[in-house]
Amino acid sequence: MYLIGQGMTGGYGGADIIKDCTIGVDKGEIAVIVGPNGAGKSTAMKAMLGMLTIRQGHVRLGDKDITRLTPQARVGEGIAFVPQTNNVFTGMSVEENLEMGAYLRRDDIRHTMAQIYDLFPILKEKRRQNAGELSGGQRQQVAVGRALMTRPSVLMLDEPTAGVSPIVMGELFDRIIEVRDTGLAVLMVEQNARQALEIADRGYVLVGGVNWREGTGEELLANPEVRKSFLGG
Amino acid sequence: MPEATDILNALVLMTNFVFVPALAYGSQLALGALGVTLVFGILRFANFAHGDLMAFGTTIVILMTWGLQAQGITAGPVPTALIALVPAILVTAIAAILIDRSVFGFYRKRRAAPVVLVIASVGVMFMLSAIVRFIMGTDDRRFSDGERFIIRAREFREMTGLDEGLAIQTTQALTVGVAIVTVTALFVFLRRSRTGKAMRAYSDNEDLALLSGINPDRVVLITWIIAAALATIAGALYGLDKSFKPFTYFQLLLPIFAAAILGGIGQPIGAVVGGYIVAFSEVMMTYAYKRFATYLVPETWAPEGLLQFLGTDYKFAVSFIILVVVLLIRPTGIFRGAVIK
Repeated sequence: MYLIGQGMTGGYGGADIIKDCTIGVDKGEIAVIVGPNGAGKSTAMKAMLGMLTIRQGHVRLGDKDITRLTPQARVGEGIAFVPQTNNVFTGMSVEENLEMGAYLRRDDIRHTMAQIYDLFPILKEKRRQNAGELSGGQRQQVAVGRALMTRPSVLMLDEPTAGVSPIVMGELFDRIIEVRDTGLAVLMVEQNARQALEIADRGYVLVGGVNWREGTGEELLANPEVRKSFLGG
Repeated sequence: MPEATDILNALVLMTNFVFVPALAYGSQLALGALGVTLVFGILRFANFAHGDLMAFGTTIVILMTWGLQAQGITAGPVPTALIALVPAILVTAIAAILIDRSVFGFYRKRRAAPVVLVIASVGVMFMLSAIVRFIMGTDDRRFSDGERFIIRAREFREMTGLDEGLAIQTTQALTVGVAIVTVTALFVFLRRSRTGKAMRAYSDNEDLALLSGINPDRVVLITWIIAAALATIAGALYGLDKSFKPFTYFQLLLPIFAAAILGGIGQPIGAVVGGYIVAFSEVMMTYAYKRFATYLVPETWAPEGLLQFLGTDYKFAVSFIILVVVLLIRPTGIFRGAVIK
């Protein structure tokens, strides 16, 4: 797989939150991490981004070991991350948010910006408005757009649909599929497990910080154990 | 009804004793508050050493001015200090960066709470004020040269035939002019340049700025350079306009913080608006309106008292009241800044 965290064990200084956990995603596919509250879903993703140090295991991107890199260095390597909250610069315009996403790039960013406006047409309309004045769904679009400005090979999303309406969620998932189809590896943590697994090429169910079940989205949705445990039957 | 000339006289009187001095003082406060607000926005602590950084910058300006004068270099009609500003900003910026490297950087790396940095800044304040007193002493110093007035009161009276005169000092006009140029340059920098936008992004959302690849060390470095430049300019303009006395720069902290918090700390535009509001409030509350009133009301109504709300000795009370009222009623200030914790 293109990005893989293998046998990751670690936490935020105290007890281990994830134990021997393995998550991976390939280019051109969507991998979704689901599981009950406190299962270590976000922690597993943050470990792959380098926001916590893992005691055991390693993270590989392509054929490069990135286990010891800082989050900033991993961003430079082509991993983009959309945090769950505070994921836009509220006091800056939509366009400036996108520009900041491309801060590391020294080449012409207009083409990438045009692509993002194609993907999220509403952002083009509101490009002069402050991101803090937008609705929740539009803010998520800005957040994803900002992350895509680096032209990453991996896009990580931490609960992108938290707090948005079901219609907006559906739209956002459609856009994420479009992003995948451009050849990116998309890894996301989702609270809305059923809808997320519907679009997932690969799904991971974490329970108590360990891999519990994995498979394609369809397989997991059809799996009676998974359904019973937390898809509500 | 007062006659037209009386109304004109009253207006000239107000312009001369309220509008012009408050505009100059407001410009100085605005520049000072901008420095405080920028440091707060980026480094997230209230820098109590800013007043003494202004005094330090002014000290360097004065030393450079003397040096230039000794070599026979002057700026003609405008104060020589204007030339001295440029190298003085450089020296002050280096001092600010060294202080950051040795003091604030130490606590930043340990992720110390903002209050720890505030207390550290009090230490820096004492240190800087000691250095300034060591170099300059504690007395009043005037370092303004060149033409003293643009318009003299007598000339104005002869020109217009009014009873009241209007005097505009070179330093007052210079203060307003330099402030406009500085503030405009700063706003263009923050709005348009890549580095300025990175500073705004860092101030807006530090974590996301790091995820976007913005280098925090560089942002901090540039913030100190700008803060030092603003402090030096504000301090030198204040010293030119009034006089240089180290203690008054410490006292300026109160109106400067009142201005920054009133405008919304962390918001540059707020610092400017706050600076003028505080300055105008202070001057208007301590001005004696007796003469102004005698122009406008019939002689028999002439007031007996001075019509002064507060004695000038109490001028700091105005800043203090503004500060307390803002914190009670709208802690985020006019432009919705942060709340100091």
